[in-house]
Amino acid sequence: MGEISAAVAAAIHLVVTLDSDLVEIVLLSLNVNCSSVTLASLLGLPLGASLAVFNFFGRRTIIMITSALMGLPPVVVGLFVYLLLSRSGPMGVFGLLYTPTAMIIAQVILITPIITALTHQAIEDLWKEYREQLISLGAGPTRALTTLLWEARFTLTTAVLAGLGRATAEVGAVMIVGGNIEHLTRVMTTTISLETSKGNLTLALGLGMILVMMSIAVNASVFIIRDSVRRDPK
Amino acid sequence: MRTGQNVTNSLPLTLSDVTYAANGRNILCQVSLEIETGPRTVILGPNGAGKSVLLRICHGLITPREGSVCWHGSAIVNGGVRQAMVFQRPVMLRRSAHANIRYALRLNGTSKRKLNHLADEALARTGLSEVARTPAHHLSIGEQQRLALARAWVLKPEVLFLDEPTASLDPASTRAVEDIVRAIDRSGTKIIMTSHDLAQARRIAHEVIFLHKGKVIEDTSAAMFFESPDSPEAQGFLAGELLW
Repeated sequence: MGEISAAVAAAIHLVVTLDSDLVEIVLLSLNVNCSSVTLASLLGLPLGASLAVFNFFGRRTIIMITSALMGLPPVVVGLFVYLLLSRSGPMGVFGLLYTPTAMIIAQVILITPIITALTHQAIEDLWKEYREQLISLGAGPTRALTTLLWEARFTLTTAVLAGLGRATAEVGAVMIVGGNIEHLTRVMTTTISLETSKGNLTLALGLGMILVMMSIAVNASVFIIRDSVRRDPK
Repeated sequence: MRTGQNVTNSLPLTLSDVTYAANGRNILCQVSLEIETGPRTVILGPNGAGKSVLLRICHGLITPREGSVCWHGSAIVNGGVRQAMVFQRPVMLRRSAHANIRYALRLNGTSKRKLNHLADEALARTGLSEVARTPAHHLSIGEQQRLALARAWVLKPEVLFLDEPTASLDPASTRAVEDIVRAIDRSGTKIIMTSHDLAQARRIAHEVIFLHKGKVIEDTSAAMFFESPDSPEAQGFLAGELLW
């Protein structure tokens, strides 16, 4: 018990004094997570909206696959990206394995289906309401798409934050493709996993506190946005 | 005397043998019509007569299963006609009243320089200047419908379709909407409106197209229709009988 409280005190000290190792890990985590969410949003938002607005061959199949991919097991995605980027893999020549880029690729594969499916849902509902009015006003398909994305901005923010939540908590895939290399690919979740297994609770707890705070902040933002939209649908 | 600003040259609107069915049910059966420029036309009929579908086909939102819709003797395709539509339930974009008008103007290629001025004018004409900066979703349903009219009017359409625009409004809001419809008519826009409300049709219509079970039963002047309708269906409708 005394050992644990000493570890907690040391962890708080690390956080308060902004320990350089800890800051490095937090910054890399933020970099990887934010880059993945940005890329996944750039792919998922237009794709999800297109699935809602355009009628094309294979649309229903893509919608079904996207929904199914929301529950992808991270370790399997990790394995897939590992095989893709390993020396003998199809993208081995780029030498990306065990780099932050590899971690971003794995995260994008995990998050894009989430953002796409949530966007599709939101835009499909809105399109039913707006379709005739937008066509009547003279909006072409592309204009209708951008209008709907803007109209659904509050709901879509929660979709993007859901993706960020998944990225922040993710450990399996980034561990496999990043390799958890010190000063290079060590992020919060992989460090916590490693340090806990080594019995070094101080750093693990310090990072755990920050991770929990970030996770709470993301989910609280989702709640606040949803709540404000429900009460005050602008 | 009409003080029209718009030159109406896309009319007449001609429907030839238009048929439409959905879910195995015939909604319009071989409807043939010619709607001329000028007087306000009201498409009258009980609920389920096919009025809204007919209006959507005219506006180009729905393609008929059979038959054709031609503007000015098929010289102009539907997309080339300056037309607008106001729906039964106003659809407002999630932005201010002013921004709703600007959006419609931008879509129709109005230059940035003129946007604010035209939007201000449109809101003033419909008595909405005070709520210009209010999010459109916060307006009352009556104000939203006036905003929908302002948004359609600002585009200076040759033809304005109105699908039961007062169906969910109280008497005061209905009156405000009808006043705006008359003003749009005076500005030179052809009004084509659906209604199931006899009193409203008497107030608004110059011409009546009476629709029943997807068929045009009467197509005549309002005076003729209300004084001496030819068909037993129209006579029954005017007498307040329930038509099925």
